[in-house]
Amino acid sequence: MTEACHSQWQYNFAFLDENTKRMLRRALLKAVAIPGYQVPFGSREMPLPYGWGTGGIQLTASIIGQDDVLKVIDQGADDTTNAVNIRRFFARVTGVATTSSTAAASLIQSRHRIPETPLRPGQIMVFQVPEPEALRTLEASEVETRKLHAHQEYGLMHVKLYEDIARFGHISTSYDYPVMVNERYLTSPSPIPKFDNPKLHLSPALMLFGAGREKRLYAIPPHTRVESLAFDDHPFTVQRWEQACALCGSHDSYLDEIITDDAGARMFVCSDTDYCQQQQEGKA
Amino acid sequence: MYVAVKGGETAIARSWDLLAAARRGDSALAELSLGQIRQQLRLAVARVMQEGSLYDEELAALALKQAAGDTVEAVFLLRAFRTTLPRFASSKPLDTAAMRVRRRVSGTFKDVPGGQILGPTADYTQRLLDFSLGHGSDVPPCALADSGVPQPLPSVLEVLAAEGLIEAEQPLPGDPEPADLTRQPLMFPADRATRLQNLARGDEGWLLGLAYSTQRGYAESHPFAGEIRMGEVSVSVCPEELGFDIDIGEITLTECQMINQFAGSKTAPPQFTRGYGLSFGEAERKAMAMALVDRSLRAEELGEAAHAPAQQQEFVLYHSDNVEASGFVQHLKLPHYVDFQAELSLIRTLRAQATPSSPQEAAHD
Repeated sequence: MTEACHSQWQYNFAFLDENTKRMLRRALLKAVAIPGYQVPFGSREMPLPYGWGTGGIQLTASIIGQDDVLKVIDQGADDTTNAVNIRRFFARVTGVATTSSTAAASLIQSRHRIPETPLRPGQIMVFQVPEPEALRTLEASEVETRKLHAHQEYGLMHVKLYEDIARFGHISTSYDYPVMVNERYLTSPSPIPKFDNPKLHLSPALMLFGAGREKRLYAIPPHTRVESLAFDDHPFTVQRWEQACALCGSHDSYLDEIITDDAGARMFVCSDTDYCQQQQEGKA
Repeated sequence: MYVAVKGGETAIARSWDLLAAARRGDSALAELSLGQIRQQLRLAVARVMQEGSLYDEELAALALKQAAGDTVEAVFLLRAFRTTLPRFASSKPLDTAAMRVRRRVSGTFKDVPGGQILGPTADYTQRLLDFSLGHGSDVPPCALADSGVPQPLPSVLEVLAAEGLIEAEQPLPGDPEPADLTRQPLMFPADRATRLQNLARGDEGWLLGLAYSTQRGYAESHPFAGEIRMGEVSVSVCPEELGFDIDIGEITLTECQMINQFAGSKTAPPQFTRGYGLSFGEAERKAMAMALVDRSLRAEELGEAAHAPAQQQEFVLYHSDNVEASGFVQHLKLPHYVDFQAELSLIRTLRAQATPSSPQEAAHD
């Protein structure tokens, strides 16, 4: 190609070409049909780095339409650099409307959080997943973990949780807490804090998970059973804070700890910036 | 308020400005042209094309310029662009035996049909800094090596093959079209064609380290460089609608055939086996490293014990890609305060519950 030819390059709507989007949508249909099952897919190289959301970006690119309203969060917030960057990318290559409001969004791409505002039917959550294999830290080989899933052999994970209890008196997994999806597949909920796990259970929204570097995607369709692993005598619990949010006073949202000065003074505020804003406006 | 951890549009836009200024450097100095990069940094251009798996010198030069010489970043830029290109054909297998050879050496025979051809190599330069380059020097014109090099040059390994001393290189039954790793996920066990494709795109440093490990006792590898050749090869495709091959151009390649010992098995007599390496442009170190790693990954197929890292498919192939590795390692600079908060709460809970007696109880367990 000549230099002149290169300089006139036009990107397709949502960056990916139509055949790639079709490949992704076919893989997504399979994922929805087998909840929690990791579908290998032909992950493409994206203009953002691996580990920064390439899986989520590809899923979003494959399903986003002209009429969608896109929200992107990172750590719950709409205004962190990675969220800003991904939102800017889609604005640039699709021209769709973007929003920070959970309620106004039809499509929400997320790193590490599920919004506090309850999701409604028709909304789609896209999760960025760094490590789709829930068993990876227990078994390094992909050949082996795929066998374990095929045989529904999840003893390793139960033993791990049991050993936690024996050693610490607690299950020492506080985020990326393993779930059973539709009573069949042990699934990583992506690195959301376990605080958010209950929001996956019987959610009216479609949950899609994309891991670009690992080339796997999976789904939790609406109204699907999602159980966090636990034992009868050690039931599943989520994080609680003694404080309320210093900005909005919320007692029921996930809080970030902010160090406010060199002396170690700290405050706790909602990690979900949209929710926090709503709460503050509600009071005003 | 807590704005320190948030980054807005303005901060990002400002960082772009700083990046552009840093890339350009002192504007009193002439700007680099893509032609200069292509011509004078040809080995960097070749590496970006290999690991970016896109043969386009102009774009590779542009990527290098934009990345300020950071090879991995340039590879990343090129690959992201490559994603948007349509895939309209696969080439026919390249005939490297028909290469217009500029360099060909063999470590196994003192003389080979066609002779040893050193070509443009830095091997015998003694690596003395050439201070005359510091103030620009015009190199006197050099008669290019088209004098007496027979074309095509016969392959060195054919000599051994004729005696049946080395395994034949045969396509698989039915000559299946190889998987395309840029379109399909890597699955295990990966066949050799898939592994070679992964290695060809793989990071040179990673492959070099693994190849080195096979020579230092981490796999039973006693190789000889059977043949290394570099030169131009023509690429042809056979469009379905035409039904005949058409030549679409010529690319520069470096190919390495390593010869390894093999004691034989129940089904195969003792013979030499091959490790194969191929790379875009002039890239001998990469091609040789690839050939060593290719051979060590064949351990299982050849019935050898596989206990070294360089013999483990999953370990070698999953970690070979520098764009994947770079992104994932550097994602650590993204904020993690949600998960860190979860861990902080947990560790405070554990500490609050820990009484002087409890560590001992834990020890009894």
